[in-house]
Amino acid sequence: MSIRERLSGNEAVAYAIKQINPDVMPAFPITPSTEIPQYVASYIANGEIDTEFIHVESEHSSMSAAIGASAAGARALTATSSCGLALMWEELYVAASNRLPVVLALVNRALSGPININADHSDSMGARDSGWIQIYAESNQEAYDNFVQSFRIAEHKDVKLPVMICQDGFITSHGVENIELVEDDLVKGFVGEYEPEHYLLKSDEAMAVGPYAVSNYYMESKKAQTEALRNAKKVILEIAEEYEKISGRKYGFFEEYKLDDADYAIVIIGSAAGTCKAAVDHIRVKTGKKVGILKIRVFRPFPEEEIAQALKNVKSVAILDRSEMFAGTGGPLGAEVTAALYRAGMFKEVVNYIYGLGGRDITVGDFEDVYDELERMAKTHEVRENFKYIGLRE
Amino acid sequence: MISDKINESSPWHELTEGNKIYEAATSRQFKTGEWRTQEPVHDSEKCKECYLCVPVCPDMSILVEEDGKVAFDMDHCKGCGICAKVCPFDAIRMEA
Repeated sequence: MSIRERLSGNEAVAYAIKQINPDVMPAFPITPSTEIPQYVASYIANGEIDTEFIHVESEHSSMSAAIGASAAGARALTATSSCGLALMWEELYVAASNRLPVVLALVNRALSGPININADHSDSMGARDSGWIQIYAESNQEAYDNFVQSFRIAEHKDVKLPVMICQDGFITSHGVENIELVEDDLVKGFVGEYEPEHYLLKSDEAMAVGPYAVSNYYMESKKAQTEALRNAKKVILEIAEEYEKISGRKYGFFEEYKLDDADYAIVIIGSAAGTCKAAVDHIRVKTGKKVGILKIRVFRPFPEEEIAQALKNVKSVAILDRSEMFAGTGGPLGAEVTAALYRAGMFKEVVNYIYGLGGRDITVGDFEDVYDELERMAKTHEVRENFKYIGLRE
Repeated sequence: MISDKINESSPWHELTEGNKIYEAATSRQFKTGEWRTQEPVHDSEKCKECYLCVPVCPDMSILVEEDGKVAFDMDHCKGCGICAKVCPFDAIRMEA
């Protein structure tokens, strides 16, 4: 029987770490992810797990130590948010290009400035080109489930890439929800032991990690890295299928919520999808209008063809970004989903919204307005602005 | 030997994962001598075999042969000229 609990998103991820009992966790505190290493440190102090906790002086060091531990052959992880992720920038690329299966519990928070501690996706979206796999959660349950699956994906022989498990700061990280945890022995059996073929502490094999690559090697290295990321697509689905057997919960690249027969679709990432679902239910009951959601779970690798296929029957699409990319053209999800539709030869009315920056609330009413706009766009074939804002004072 | 199988013509799928090298001392195979714009010319008449040049070479490219003579590993000498600077007998001259 699964364990029924009430946990915050941070507690849920820390509990998953306890169940996995990884080898090494270097971490530096930053709001709103601080509780994750704090809970793990308590588990270690109480003798519940034997993870080596490393107190470091910065996030630059926490990711460096995680990389070193992983190269040595350990199962390593860390947690951070916002500017902490920004301070890891250089190492994010090193972890991915050295093909080290490090896992990072990221609690999404706005980047400075202005300084702000609340949820948006500017931290992880900025790292979208770093070569990490990125998996996002709507709820505490999903943050837990994604974390349990993370090491299996990262350590798969066809992948060997770091994984970022993202959840929205405060909204899920500090919000307490009902949650179903998988039993300890099932999680242990599912995750298994990490047994790398090559590692620095292997005494009978000399090994160098991160050697200099001249121009004759660099491009081929990057192509190999891209292929590993593409391989992750198949692996992510296989691991999800296996996880469903022990948890009863089904996961894919994205969740389609009432999208089958939908005329109007919202594409969104993270906790606001929950509010959007309430709007969809309300609209369908009240008006009978066919509205639906495509909620992205896996953003890297980007499931371009699958997203386009899932949206093929809708008349108009609103893509909602919880971060700015300062191109002056909207957000990153907007750009990539629009490109996905174009490459699939689907020319629909598409609009990109920026919402929820720095923790700005988004309401059921806001989503209803977006669906109204989608209906208008589909009828008039007129897109007033390619990108706009939700909840902005103008 | 993994380094025998990988060279500058290897396609991407033949590189090791993350370019890791499962072998020691492979830097010998990386010929950096071609970076040189100047090269040391050794005058064995002037050389007193004091070996002051040997430890200062950043590329460990000055070798002492069995007969005690000084030799240069031109596959790895980058032509920095420190050896010429340190020689008290002007036995090493840098030439373009």
